[in-house]
Amino acid sequence: MVITKNDVLKIVDKIVEVIKENKEYLTELDAAIGDADHGINLDRGFDAVKQKLTTLPETTDIGTILRTIGMTLVSTVGGASGPLYGTAFMRAGQVVQGKNELSEEDIVKIFEAALDGIKQRGKAEAGDKTMIDSIEPAYKALKESLENNIALPEALNRAANAAKEGMEYTKNISARKGRASYLGERSIGHLDPGATSAYLMIKSFSDVVNLS
Amino acid sequence: MMVEEKMVGIVLVSHSRKIVEGIYELASQMTGGKVPIGIAGGTQDGRLGTDATEIMEEIKKVDEGEGVVVLVDIGSAVMSAQMAIELLGEEYEGKVKIADAPLVEGAIAASVEASIGSDFDKVLLVAEEAKKLNKF
Repeated sequence: MVITKNDVLKIVDKIVEVIKENKEYLTELDAAIGDADHGINLDRGFDAVKQKLTTLPETTDIGTILRTIGMTLVSTVGGASGPLYGTAFMRAGQVVQGKNELSEEDIVKIFEAALDGIKQRGKAEAGDKTMIDSIEPAYKALKESLENNIALPEALNRAANAAKEGMEYTKNISARKGRASYLGERSIGHLDPGATSAYLMIKSFSDVVNLS
Repeated sequence: MMVEEKMVGIVLVSHSRKIVEGIYELASQMTGGKVPIGIAGGTQDGRLGTDATEIMEEIKKVDEGEGVVVLVDIGSAVMSAQMAIELLGEEYEGKVKIADAPLVEGAIAASVEASIGSDFDKVLLVAEEAKKLNKF
């Protein structure tokens, strides 16, 4: 199965929509352990993304679309999720530069590039109570599923489930990165907002592919 | 005629526009406005936050060819500044660095050092030494 450019645009639309729906929720999560702006920031960023994508020529390839999303997030989000998700989308775009459709292998590469980009930018690892706690298990589940010849929609479904488990796990651990790390152990008991928004994006990806 | 001396540029980055405007005012007063100082703070729509593309533009603006020292506050300011430096590409490699220094003290120390014509490494070093300054 391949993912077409049109699918990519549908996935982005879905992410924009889901972030908007969860704007207050993400901000509430951030209010508990951070600076209460995650939902608002991401929503502003993805609104700008939606706007920006309408200005791209029809012939724009998927790599350029992803890099444009990254640059737009970097310049509009404001908080740490700007450079983090910005880097993720830019790196993802670089590995599929010039492509108008994505193979299953490309999708694994995109996840890998995005994950590595976030790790480098944030100097974080799994277990630090960050977006990595959702993305890394999702990447591993996706890769393993595809290696075992599981069809892409189901592989993405498993990735989304793994992301959800990873997100839920952040409730049990204390933050070692970002504003929440100032709280240390007092951050235990709260979901990480970044892990939550990352899960929502992966879930959006899976939902669009499973519904099409 | 006096030849105008080129100086190391300084860019101040904070989540808050007011913070960098205030430090800019303070540092400019101490250097008589001689040092090129750029400021990047807040988002384009007036929220608290940092913007890597704004930081990149400010670095370009204050660069006189002698290098640029970037001072940042917390959290995403560091990541946005790192990203800005990456976005600048090879042309600026090694010529722009983030000082591991407190924003206010570092900015003033770096600006004063730049104003006396010190080179990039020295300005960066002095900025970073500002973190060891005792208040009393």
